[in-house]
Amino acid sequence: MISEQSKQRMRDLAARYPVARSAVMPALHIVQQVEGYITPEGLQAVAEVLNLTVDDVESVATFYTMYYQHPKGKKVIKVCNSISCYLRNCDTLVEHLEKRLGVNRGETTPDGNYTLMTVECLASCTTAPVLQVNDEFVENVTLEQADALIDELDRELNARKPESKSEVRL
Amino acid sequence: MPELIVTKDIDVPGINSLEVYHQHGGYQALAKAVREYQPDDLVELIKKSGLRGRGGAGFPTGLKWSFLAKNDKPRYLCCNADESEPGTCKDRMLMEKIPHRLVEGVIIASYACRINTAFIYVRGELAEAARQVERAVQEAYDAGLIGKNILGSDYSLDVIVHRGAGAYICGEESSLMESLEGNRGYPRLKPPFPAVVGLYGGPTVINNCETLSTLPAILMGGIEWYTSFGTEKSKGTRLFSLSGHVKKPGNYELPLGTPLRILIYDEQYGGGILGNKQLKAIIPGGSSAPILGADKVDTLLDFESIAAAGSMAGSGAVIILNEDTCIVDAILRMTEFYRDESCGKCTPCREGTYWLTEILERLEHGHGKMQDIDRLADICSNISGKSFCPLGDAATSSIVSGIKLFREEFEYHVKHGHCMVGKGAAYGLPA
Repeated sequence: MISEQSKQRMRDLAARYPVARSAVMPALHIVQQVEGYITPEGLQAVAEVLNLTVDDVESVATFYTMYYQHPKGKKVIKVCNSISCYLRNCDTLVEHLEKRLGVNRGETTPDGNYTLMTVECLASCTTAPVLQVNDEFVENVTLEQADALIDELDRELNARKPESKSEVRL
Repeated sequence: MPELIVTKDIDVPGINSLEVYHQHGGYQALAKAVREYQPDDLVELIKKSGLRGRGGAGFPTGLKWSFLAKNDKPRYLCCNADESEPGTCKDRMLMEKIPHRLVEGVIIASYACRINTAFIYVRGELAEAARQVERAVQEAYDAGLIGKNILGSDYSLDVIVHRGAGAYICGEESSLMESLEGNRGYPRLKPPFPAVVGLYGGPTVINNCETLSTLPAILMGGIEWYTSFGTEKSKGTRLFSLSGHVKKPGNYELPLGTPLRILIYDEQYGGGILGNKQLKAIIPGGSSAPILGADKVDTLLDFESIAAAGSMAGSGAVIILNEDTCIVDAILRMTEFYRDESCGKCTPCREGTYWLTEILERLEHGHGKMQDIDRLADICSNISGKSFCPLGDAATSSIVSGIKLFREEFEYHVKHGHCMVGKGAAYGLPA
């Protein structure tokens, strides 16, 4: 649901830029924050606020890797697999997480809890190997630390009430 | 311990806040700039300092500023903080730990170039860095350091922090502008250059985060002091992101012209090769820089010396490969990056990076033919100088240099069906 409040945030952003169209990227970040991914309703809302066509907004949304075109798990784990992390065994880390979570890279667990992805260089090369959980860094990740991380995330996810939807932060 | 300039005070608790930054001399440089210098004199000052861009191209900063077209169109400054070159993580550190130094640099540069609207384009994946920079900008507004009539002068500036959303190509200056304007990040034809036709059609200066963060120190320390560091054509210090097979990877600030050997082996810095293995290769400027063999370990880390050695200073990301690294697999990994990040606009890069990856993959996994090695070189020559922007050229660097230095390792894969060194060699199976 793209609330009136979210749309107002988009309008405020558009007013900051010399040309309103420049706000399409931050507006899409708002859509993803609220909906979890770029929904058709989200595209519609951005188009409406910025006076663009839905196709135009979608052309921007599909260019950038951070905007998800499909729903993801509650915890999106992105493991860097570019050269500096490769040299510090990120491949072993990814394989380990695939086994632990029971999915292949790129997939979401059936319970909707985790999405595991490999991504390009995350600018954390001196603390390789690294991953991000929902855009926050976890660095110098050993296999033991990876297991401890999933244990902690499992605890956090199980502590949430089963019926609660993801918080809508406005 | 050599003098630190851009990382001075970076570990002082709370230095990311205006209060502590100010206590340590922060924004005195801005006050000096606005009160003692006319904008054009500041441009001359930075020209004399010899400061060169710290993003990758190393273009002289003052000269870039002087290229701004003199017309009636609104001018813009954009800080390129879209740090995405594999191996590089220095701008992130500056933004997360001492964002006010960047903000101060942005204001100084904008004042020098008579610019009233500045953008800081922060890579989307750096959420904490963006938060720190946004907070610093807000603190600066609240203290009258940004906004109308800065420090009581008649100079006004607006600063907008803009987050990217995942695209290496948007670190290329013309793609960055396209992205800021709300389009897909495709590069633009140059000329015209940003200084003439840039953001929203107006004259635009685009500078790297570290470059801008260096300005306050140059203002306060002066030309004689700043030019006492570095070499004749590469003045000052810079941050090197040291990664790969070293004992102590990290961001290290060193004077330009420091020997590469010191960065890798000195106890204050890299501390030597991980596991005390032999050095095999060095990539001195991020994955877009040609690979150097271990025999180049005494190269001095300045723009001219690295170029003379056959590579480029680039982003200052020094990646170290040890003797157990399969060079074909490492090059494959780097090439996958360019394939994934190619924007798709031009055929040589879009198709070329795809085919380079396919051929490297079959070489690595034991299905390659001897002709594949020359095929790689042929595709590279169809990309180099023939693609729309430097991403295509960057994709060819590791392959061309890798074949030149380690051809026998490529041939080994063809003859034996597996790696010569590394995991793949041990079992006679591809890694």
